[in-house]
Amino acid sequence: MALWLTTLRRKHNELLLSVPALLWLVIFFIAPALLIIVISVMTRGSGGNPELPFTLDHYQRTFGVFSTVLQRSVWIAFLTTFICLLVGYPLALFIRTRQNPSMRRFALFLIILPFWTNFLVRTYAWQMLLGREGIINNFMLSLGLITEPLQLLNTEFAVLLGLVYGFLPFMVLPIYASVERFDFRYVEAAQDLGANYWHTFWRVMLPMTLPGVLAGCVLVFIPAIGAFVTPDLLGGRDGFMIGNLIQSQFRGTGNLPLGAAVSVVMLSLVIVPLFAYIRSGGEK
Amino acid sequence: MANSVINRSTLALERAGIRRRYPATTGIGKTGFWFISLAGYFFLWAPIVLLVVFSFNDARTVNSWHGFTFKWYENILTGAAGGEASFATDLMLSSLGNSLFVGFAATFISTLLGTMVALSLARGNYPGKRYIEGLLLLPVIIPEITQGVSLAMFFKIVFDFIEQSSGTRALPGFGTIIIGHVVFNISYVAVVVRARLADMNPRLEEAANDLGANGWQTFWRITFPLMIPGILAGALLAFTLSLDDFVVTFFLSGIGTTTLPVFVYGLLKVSVTPDINAISTLMLIISTVLIGISLLLQNRSLGRS
Repeated sequence: MALWLTTLRRKHNELLLSVPALLWLVIFFIAPALLIIVISVMTRGSGGNPELPFTLDHYQRTFGVFSTVLQRSVWIAFLTTFICLLVGYPLALFIRTRQNPSMRRFALFLIILPFWTNFLVRTYAWQMLLGREGIINNFMLSLGLITEPLQLLNTEFAVLLGLVYGFLPFMVLPIYASVERFDFRYVEAAQDLGANYWHTFWRVMLPMTLPGVLAGCVLVFIPAIGAFVTPDLLGGRDGFMIGNLIQSQFRGTGNLPLGAAVSVVMLSLVIVPLFAYIRSGGEK
Repeated sequence: MANSVINRSTLALERAGIRRRYPATTGIGKTGFWFISLAGYFFLWAPIVLLVVFSFNDARTVNSWHGFTFKWYENILTGAAGGEASFATDLMLSSLGNSLFVGFAATFISTLLGTMVALSLARGNYPGKRYIEGLLLLPVIIPEITQGVSLAMFFKIVFDFIEQSSGTRALPGFGTIIIGHVVFNISYVAVVVRARLADMNPRLEEAANDLGANGWQTFWRITFPLMIPGILAGALLAFTLSLDDFVVTFFLSGIGTTTLPVFVYGLLKVSVTPDINAISTLMLIISTVLIGISLLLQNRSLGRS
């Protein structure tokens, strides 16, 4: 009896420990997210503030006038994910195949470090490189490769570059986690059984490291579709993405309900791949 | 079964003196593999290196090398260059002060809450635990802009309500920024501390219990001291994230509560100057040092197991 009581109290105590954090997240994370859904179906009142009655106008505008922005964002996010995968998988494999453990740790560290440094600063670095009088243009002009500066900044290409640069570590790290657990004797077995390099990769390695690949794709796609700093600094008008659209509704005399509606659409674009990934049995 | 076959074939190979082969380490594959990997590293590091190099460039423009100088650092720290190169040193220093204040406050709250929830998840076994874990992951995954925007709207409506009912107008500022930072910091602290707890030898706590310590004593004399490296690593991570955060802060800051990244963003929108390179370099150094210490602490705790 006494034992049962102490067990119950212990269980209770442990749940209690998570209550402050839970409350914080429910009040300042979940509640605002739900609130934004309510605001998104309200009318735009004076000064851009939400008012009654309820309306679906903002969703109509999001999928109507702003559909090009939506399409562009999804397309850029897809391309970013794809390029990160093409570069990230070999990189992860490269780290895994370093024989010397300290070399391997160093190779991994070189991926992790940029991931933790200031994102704004790293995006600025590209602004500096890509400008009309930036380092890349200047370098190519001095080599005589081009006769006048190329328009690199304020293009879709610049946004793509900036996003791949920013989110490549998100792809490499989960793939590395998968590749690290992968037993390379399977590769030897496949090759002993007559599989060539491509067969070994497609039929043995890729399927067995697929969880890491999927996790990496989700982790790159989500921040890419929600990007704001990168398109803002590198994209100009040609690289205008959903994030910029949302932000523009919050500055000056914006339209808060419209901003809310666009945010809800973005959130659903994020939630869908996330839940698909969780349903498919992904861990972490 | 399959495994034993593989084991035997590997053994046979090793006995025959044939080295292990990794894929893509032969022929054309090898060249392409090295090329992509090195290009990947170059791509990740070249912009950062150039940014730092050009912070020492003796020219007002950031496009070609004109010799070494410290003058941009001097300029941002003292406003020394004056005239055409004037720099708002006061504003930068006050934003740095704001950043540090927000960073300390957000780190304190999130370390406390994050450590508690980590303990709860590591030691507890109650229904609904999975949902708490899921909830903790969301702020890390959901794009920052939706967090910033939804919290900004939330505060606007709460402040409107307060004004209507009490007549006083609350304004966004340190309070709102700190609240926003704690939301995403809790998750990072919880993950790091929980990893530390998972590594801990459970026998130590059992031994304390066997020797007659009660739960409270066991926690404060055994568990907590062992958790400290994890807590410190989590706190450093939270502090760095808080110092570096731009998007959430941008939507939640009010007049006079500009943080350093928001200040730098303001500069970037105007023009690209070597001053920004100098500030950026200093910011990179600070985060690198903080993260380096955090990683070392985490590694040490991992190394023990």
